Amino acid sequence: MGFMEWWDGFWATYNTVVFSIGVNAMLALSIYVTLSCGLLSLANAAFMGIGAYAAALISMNTGLPFPVALAVGGALPALVALIIGIPTLRLSGVYLAMATLGFGEVVRVVVLNMDITGGPMGLNGIPPTTEWWHIVLLLGVTLYILARIRRSKIGRAFEAIKEDEIAARLMGVNVAGYKLLAFVIGATIAGVAGALNAHYTFTIGPGNYAFENAVDILTMAVFGGTSNLIGPTIGATLLTLLPEVLRHFKDFRLAANGIILVLVILYLPKGIWDPRRIRNIFSKTDKKTQPTGKVS
Amino acid sequence: MLEQQLINALSLGSVYALFALGFTLVFGVLGVINLSHGAIFMLGSYVALMLVEQLALPLWLAMLLAMLASGLIGLIVDYVVLRPLRKRNAPHLAPMIATIGVAIILTNLAQGLFGAENKRFPTGTIPEDSYTFGSVHVTAVQIGIVLVSFVLMLILLGVMRRTQLGRALRAIAESPKAAYLLGINVEGLFYLTSFAAAALGGAAGVLVGLSFNAITPFMGQPMLHKGIAVIILGGMGDIRGAMIAGLFLGFAEVLTVAYLSSDFRDAVGFGLLFLILLVRPSGMFGKVLERKA
Repeated sequence: MGFMEWWDGFWATYNTVVFSIGVNAMLALSIYVTLSCGLLSLANAAFMGIGAYAAALISMNTGLPFPVALAVGGALPALVALIIGIPTLRLSGVYLAMATLGFGEVVRVVVLNMDITGGPMGLNGIPPTTEWWHIVLLLGVTLYILARIRRSKIGRAFEAIKEDEIAARLMGVNVAGYKLLAFVIGATIAGVAGALNAHYTFTIGPGNYAFENAVDILTMAVFGGTSNLIGPTIGATLLTLLPEVLRHFKDFRLAANGIILVLVILYLPKGIWDPRRIRNIFSKTDKKTQPTGKVS
Repeated sequence: MLEQQLINALSLGSVYALFALGFTLVFGVLGVINLSHGAIFMLGSYVALMLVEQLALPLWLAMLLAMLASGLIGLIVDYVVLRPLRKRNAPHLAPMIATIGVAIILTNLAQGLFGAENKRFPTGTIPEDSYTFGSVHVTAVQIGIVLVSFVLMLILLGVMRRTQLGRALRAIAESPKAAYLLGINVEGLFYLTSFAAAALGGAAGVLVGLSFNAITPFMGQPMLHKGIAVIILGGMGDIRGAMIAGLFLGFAEVLTVAYLSSDFRDAVGFGLLFLILLVRPSGMFGKVLERKA
């Protein structure tokens, strides 16, 4: 069997898994942005839904090209985030988490009861325009932009706010402005991910963007580690692959997700990709290999 | 018509309040949002169902044992998951996410053990009597639900306000470190709190199982959403607030369904929550918001 045949077979079976990895990585990165600014927002599933519906409706009802649909899929959630962010981001900690959860639930019910969104039936027959390279390109762009932000003045402001909001404010950092910026960036990424997702699953419904999905997104980011960009990407990849790997366990395979989540929080509180810990492991082994002069 | 709705609302609201009470107790004392409370609630109703179905126990005994069983599950969750995080002084987010994991495990366990379909109490378990007062129709189950919830709520309130134990718990809620220095067995009371909260959750599970006569592994999730809305509305960690907000949510939902549309039932709680957080970030009955910040 030649490589191309193997590849065709593999791709036919697993292309949705590969697509999902890319989209989930973008979602995990979208929550990473807000977390990097010290905000726990659970609204990203709702923003994903807004982006998915906006893009799908454009593709289905107008002749506009796919990039336009994607752009609107990113812009509309950004606009919504801007509007709800101004009052909501005054809240901190668990209060913000709960308010954003509340917003997500309200979005779900509104989508459930509108005609244009197809109500509980959702939208079917969305044109399958997402190609693998769209996802790779947009994930790459997201990673690049976020890496640039991280090293810029904005990134340092985010970090200052995350460490100590009051100190940051005293240093002259525009806390409210930067929080809003992080919220809007997160919403945009989630919206684009939603738009990409809608265009390869053909069908979307209000249930795809509920609390469980918000939790899934958070899980991927936390599992991978949120101290850098690689963590969320790795977390999304592994947790997307996990159900495939655990297929034999049938009913109990989803429980494995929970077990892994608990174990990671208990034993790897900074996620599996924690550069400092990884460095420590290597420096420890270095010390061990160095002659110490003692015979043990 | 309105009277009838108010009766339905009272019965629904008291279950919400009972559920939220355990939730808010854990937040108040341990400072943890325990997102496995919904799953423990669900297991409580399964335990009662199994005891009635397999051992033909009377309902009241099944309910007591279900409370005990869910209390034990809460204790185990505390010991295995929350205690190590306490020891490490983990940030608030960690226990919240860990309990999401616990909820996933318990829900899938229940699905594996009992199947995903609706289960019902065998016929004859639930008293089918009902009483009519004028135009109002009240079932025995509704009366039982309101009675049991209120008795449990008043017991908890009494313990918290009148006893030495309650005083100790309130001291821990203020500051675990100071309470420890004053010679209070903080760790022990954490376990007791987790046990009591889970037992209250289990009781709510049995009552909901009885009132809808439908038990599924997934019944905890929507209840958890209501519980979150209730404890925020009531002011986090405030027991009286949770009781009032629970009843309030019950009324808001029933009246929405009756006079507006059933479509928006599930958005009522979160819609209220969202609005109230914007206007009054500490909740309707909350006191100072950033005490611990």
